[in-house]
Amino acid sequence: MANWIINNGFPAVMVVVWMTINTYLFVSFYLYYDQDESYYYTRHLLGSALAWARAPAAVLNFNCMLILLPVCRNLLSLIRGSFVCCSRTMRKQLDQNLSFHKLVAYMIALMTAVHTIAHLLNLEWLNNSKLGLYDELSTALSRLEDERNETYLNPLQHIDADPQQRPTHFAFTSIAGLTGVLITMSLILIITSSMEVIRRSYFEVFWYTHHLFIVFFIGLVFHGYGRIVRSLEDDSPHNTTLCKDHPEDWGKIPECPIPQFEGKEPGTWMWVIGPMIIYLCERVLRFVRYMQAVQYRKIVMRPSKVLELQLRKKGFKMEVGQYVFLNCPSISQLEWHPFTMTSAPEEDFFSVHIRSAGDWTDKLIETMQKLPEGEQGPKMGVDGPFGTASEDVFDYEVSMLVGAGIGVTPFASIMKSIWYKFKESDPKLRTRKIYFYWLCRETHAFEWFADLLQVLEREMEERGLGDFLTYKLFLTGWDQGHTNQVIVHFDEDTDVVTGLKQKTHYGRPNWDKEFDQVRKENPASVVGTFLCGPAALAKVLEKKCAKYSDVDPRKTKFYFNKENF
Amino acid sequence: MGKIEWAMWANEQALAAGLILLTGGIVGVAGQFRGWEFASYAIAAGFFVCLLEYPRSKRAKGTSVERTGQYCFTVCVKAFGPVTRNYYVRAFLHAALCVPGGFMLATVLGCVCLGIASLIYLAAAVRGEHWEPILPRKDTRKPVAESIKSPPQNPPPRPPPEIRRKQAKDVEGAAYDNPIAVTDD
Repeated sequence: MANWIINNGFPAVMVVVWMTINTYLFVSFYLYYDQDESYYYTRHLLGSALAWARAPAAVLNFNCMLILLPVCRNLLSLIRGSFVCCSRTMRKQLDQNLSFHKLVAYMIALMTAVHTIAHLLNLEWLNNSKLGLYDELSTALSRLEDERNETYLNPLQHIDADPQQRPTHFAFTSIAGLTGVLITMSLILIITSSMEVIRRSYFEVFWYTHHLFIVFFIGLVFHGYGRIVRSLEDDSPHNTTLCKDHPEDWGKIPECPIPQFEGKEPGTWMWVIGPMIIYLCERVLRFVRYMQAVQYRKIVMRPSKVLELQLRKKGFKMEVGQYVFLNCPSISQLEWHPFTMTSAPEEDFFSVHIRSAGDWTDKLIETMQKLPEGEQGPKMGVDGPFGTASEDVFDYEVSMLVGAGIGVTPFASIMKSIWYKFKESDPKLRTRKIYFYWLCRETHAFEWFADLLQVLEREMEERGLGDFLTYKLFLTGWDQGHTNQVIVHFDEDTDVVTGLKQKTHYGRPNWDKEFDQVRKENPASVVGTFLCGPAALAKVLEKKCAKYSDVDPRKTKFYFNKENF
Repeated sequence: MGKIEWAMWANEQALAAGLILLTGGIVGVAGQFRGWEFASYAIAAGFFVCLLEYPRSKRAKGTSVERTGQYCFTVCVKAFGPVTRNYYVRAFLHAALCVPGGFMLATVLGCVCLGIASLIYLAAAVRGEHWEPILPRKDTRKPVAESIKSPPQNPPPRPPPEIRRKQAKDVEGAAYDNPIAVTDD
């Protein structure tokens, strides 16, 4: 339990605070609309459906305000940077941005459903009131119209349609109704195209459809402009307790003048204007960065269709394990794709290794292959760099780095940086020991990484620092062919698959054994575990971190950090 | 956007539309709205659409992810053969099903969503996609490689039976020098 608190305490607290605010908003707005005197007549027409519609509206305002913030990556980078002094936990939480965005989106969807159902009931009952199907008071209230010296209560006015079609007619002709339908449709399309299956397979559909959020926010701001939530005017002389039982006397006796109503002023814009401006700034910043010139220093085709691009951009400063978004207008005007950088900050350029993994990457590789020797590549826009958990790797005395498949990329940057820092004896380097676990099905497409490890291995041995870095390679997709090779070459110094001194292991790692080994070799240390890989592995490592951590400061503590894309 | 299988998105949209139609119908009937007959139709139509759309199709390229417990639905949908396989049929079916939902506000949203799903299915059908059931694969064992793993077919060479009998009785006489070296040096 204590270990869970160390690793998950802060996000849990954030979610609890958020839910508390949601609950408070819902309950307080519900009670207000259910009990306030100025809504007495409105409630007579609508019953509790009024409160049931207004309470989710408040929660929706709050959540629509929040939803834009987690996706402002430049803003988040800024906040991350400013927490130089604070504990690691604070910076880790900003990794959870996408999870929080999804959580807020689910709440918006739920509240939209409640709000819509409540309004369906409202419109039906308003329609019936207008037709005089309810009691005398309802009929009298519905008859008040926006003319003479009266103000209306029932928004269903002057509709000449068939009674069954009146609610639909109102929904499509009033501001509130039309914007409501529009934004609900946008929300549904956004949600269906954001399902994991679609997002993982066809990112473009997800990305383009998601831009319907612009329609959503515009519609949301104008949704209340019809001012159809009606209440008795402030300091109205009309006494509801006295006058509700004889509506026929209204306007005829001094205690009961004709009740005057006013509509609620639209309030959503106050909630969302701030985040909308912040998001606009974010997009402008991305555009500005895109316009900045990017030169190609080197373009290399690596084995197994991996493209390495070495680029230079004025004023570009990166840290280890960060990623950039690339945009190539000649391939696609609007698409930005994230790539982890594989160069170290100590180098005067930044590089990315791009693997063929879809339409955009395939076209890029094709374009580069056709390029004649020494020429500059197509215009490239670069946005970033954006921080991830790997920035923290040097703060821990001991680091466990786990890279699965393509996830090994940020660690290329880290290893190179380690190497530069060590050569210069950088005092900022708090790390004394690194354990690196590389898991992949096959070494295909990662020969470039194996080359890097070879170079590091050689240089470390030359300086007698073989102990600093312990790495283990796990080939999870071995077959009979591999076994045969290994049997034949078993007594050689270097590994037959990678050419490295460290022998390749086959199959998945036994994490209990690994964590145990790290714990034994590093008592009383704080160990940071970094993963770039599949979610299933993240769950396993998170559990092991919790299991092998001890709250006791004299024993080893494991912290888990996950990269997310 | 070349490699998109539109049917996948159409499926998500149609399933959502079915649920929305169903919910709208329930509200209409429970609230005894004017036009509740359309609402009760929406309940039936929404339910039917959910059943039809729940089993995901097998993808033409790439790994297909099943929905939990979709196997029994797959079998039912597969039983209708070409009617459920063809996306033109689905597009027109959804277009037809959605129309009565437009006659009452509670079901209008479901109607529009189903209409959009129908259009996406039409796009999928035009591109030649069709519905394939995801069936459990029978794992074929990899064929065992030959030569070194198959047991020997013939017994090791032995001297003829008379000499073998002699060897059993006369151990010293049976001793012989191997023509080729059998030790490691």
